[in-house]
Amino acid sequence: VASADSSAIEGLRARGIDLAPAGAVAVFLGGGAIFLLVGCLQSTNFARLTVEGLAGGAVYSSLALALVLVYRASHIVNFAQGELAMATTYVAYQLIQWGLTYWEAFFATLAIAFVLGLVLQVALIRPVLHRSVIATVIVTVGLFILIDGVVNWIWGGDYKVMPSPFGNGSFDLGGVPIPHLYVGMLGVVFGCVLLMWALFRFTKLGLGMRAAALRPAAAAFVGVRVDRMLAVGWGLATVLGAVAGLMAEPSQIFLSPTLMQSILVYAFAAAVLGGLESPAGAVVGGLTIGVSLSLVIGYVPKISSELELPVAFAVLLIVLLIKPTGLFGRREVRRV
Amino acid sequence: MRHLPALVSLLVVAGVLAALPFLLSDYDVSLAAQVGIFFIAILGLNILTGYTGQISIGHGAFMAIGGYTTAVMSRDHHTDLVVTMLMAFAICFVVGLIVGIPALRLSGVYLALVTFALAVSIPQIPLQYSTFLGGSGGVQSSRTVDNLWIYVVAWSASALLFVLAWLILRGRTGRAFRAVRDSEIAAAASGVELPVYKTLAFGISAAYAGVAGSLFVLATNGFAQPSEFDVFLSLELLIGAAIAGLGSLWGILAGAAFVGLLPQISTSVPVIGAEHGRDVVFGAAVIVVMLLLPDGFAGLLTRLRRLARA
Repeated sequence: VASADSSAIEGLRARGIDLAPAGAVAVFLGGGAIFLLVGCLQSTNFARLTVEGLAGGAVYSSLALALVLVYRASHIVNFAQGELAMATTYVAYQLIQWGLTYWEAFFATLAIAFVLGLVLQVALIRPVLHRSVIATVIVTVGLFILIDGVVNWIWGGDYKVMPSPFGNGSFDLGGVPIPHLYVGMLGVVFGCVLLMWALFRFTKLGLGMRAAALRPAAAAFVGVRVDRMLAVGWGLATVLGAVAGLMAEPSQIFLSPTLMQSILVYAFAAAVLGGLESPAGAVVGGLTIGVSLSLVIGYVPKISSELELPVAFAVLLIVLLIKPTGLFGRREVRRV
Repeated sequence: MRHLPALVSLLVVAGVLAALPFLLSDYDVSLAAQVGIFFIAILGLNILTGYTGQISIGHGAFMAIGGYTTAVMSRDHHTDLVVTMLMAFAICFVVGLIVGIPALRLSGVYLALVTFALAVSIPQIPLQYSTFLGGSGGVQSSRTVDNLWIYVVAWSASALLFVLAWLILRGRTGRAFRAVRDSEIAAAASGVELPVYKTLAFGISAAYAGVAGSLFVLATNGFAQPSEFDVFLSLELLIGAAIAGLGSLWGILAGAAFVGLLPQISTSVPVIGAEHGRDVVFGAAVIVVMLLLPDGFAGLLTRLRRLARA
């Protein structure tokens, strides 16, 4: 029994780092990177749009990663993820109003987000999770509506202004002005993603969470507290969402209750593009969507920002028709 | 005699619905008509999600297409409104078949998210083609109707479409749908042509949503506007279908009443105030109902029936 269990854990270990994409995907990504690099060297406008797209894409990546964390652990899509991110951003706003500096509020908000996610999972998700998938999804939809109402109730629907975390200056990169804000957004998001990866990869807690997500029964068998791991997973997902919200706010200048609604759609698209189960896929998917939107809207005159969503939808549909489980997804093989 | 209890409950529902306009005020009739509109849409969603196992979070998009069909035909050609509803049915059937084609390659969550993207994208299209589809200002149909008209037409259409759904689901087609839901591989192995039945379910379900959308526009003074068909509408339909549960007339009525009435009623919650009360109360109610009844009202009825028999 002991050897069988340890081999199951070894299997999980191996799968955790098995992120090497298949040939076609590698060509796609490599080609995309070369295209962007050449474009940036050729034209300053192209470079500006690319950096802007990457910064927006970082926000999508972060929220997409939150969706993927929840999906891997419980096989449900959390519709409330975006609204949770929006609500935690309002918490940060409130903390700043009470006199904390931006970065004090930032870290306090992450802690609050963790507890919030944990409590919501235990109180509302756990009771239905094993009884019905659709009921669980509907609970998250209810949470979406409820959070929206509560935020409107407490803070009102008007625009709020938060201090800028990175100032208004910009770097000069060979004649291309690159705002501090974009660099900061990319830095913060990828710092958090890296920390999250390290947590999952190198700690016992992370191993337990991966085990609980991939083989709940086997994990419980070797002493992992599966329920507790799923709750911690929700907490971490909410933290990533809070990072997305806090980084989205300065790029939209104002804070309003609709902050995350379109971002949630792009994050969905990013997560699906990456294959829903793959954290690396979510990050790549988010950046891909961010850059392609920025370039398409910048260069194709017929497509204004009204068509932004349909364009994202078209990109998503094309990728899914070619690869139905996303860029990094594995094809599910079922025994009948 | 096997159908007797079902027949009796049908007659009771029909009788109550026929009596309601004589008992209710004009405003309440408009609410009851709203429930009828949701009944049609949820009935259609039930065929797709409940019987074929394909989740759609995008049925608001089909409602938008149906609604704009009615408004544009009425504006440009003064077409009879009932004819525009039939057109909405036909157009949405075709669009549903087309949307069903990518659905052949996608399953489960991927399909759900693609339909979600559809729900988000479709309301943006009138903004781009504003000369034909009126932009954010919307399209005004040339004829408006009163609440009683909508009530009568909505519930007559509900009855017709309910019978149609029953005819489709009871025979060969319904059996194929259920086989696809339970196991696609087993269904294909027993000779069910997956592409035919999966797209067909999408088409039928979209057509129902189209009729609902057409009535939905008529209920807002014949005015079709992108903001009426936001993502919230699609989510409401999904919530209604989940609260209805699977395969029960009473369940669908309960689901339609829940999403049709509760947002209106909860605007008057005194503590919170009209604007946000709606979201707070509605969201909380959705969560509570799902925690108490994970299988919806249909599941509750099954449990009660089992209790009565025991």
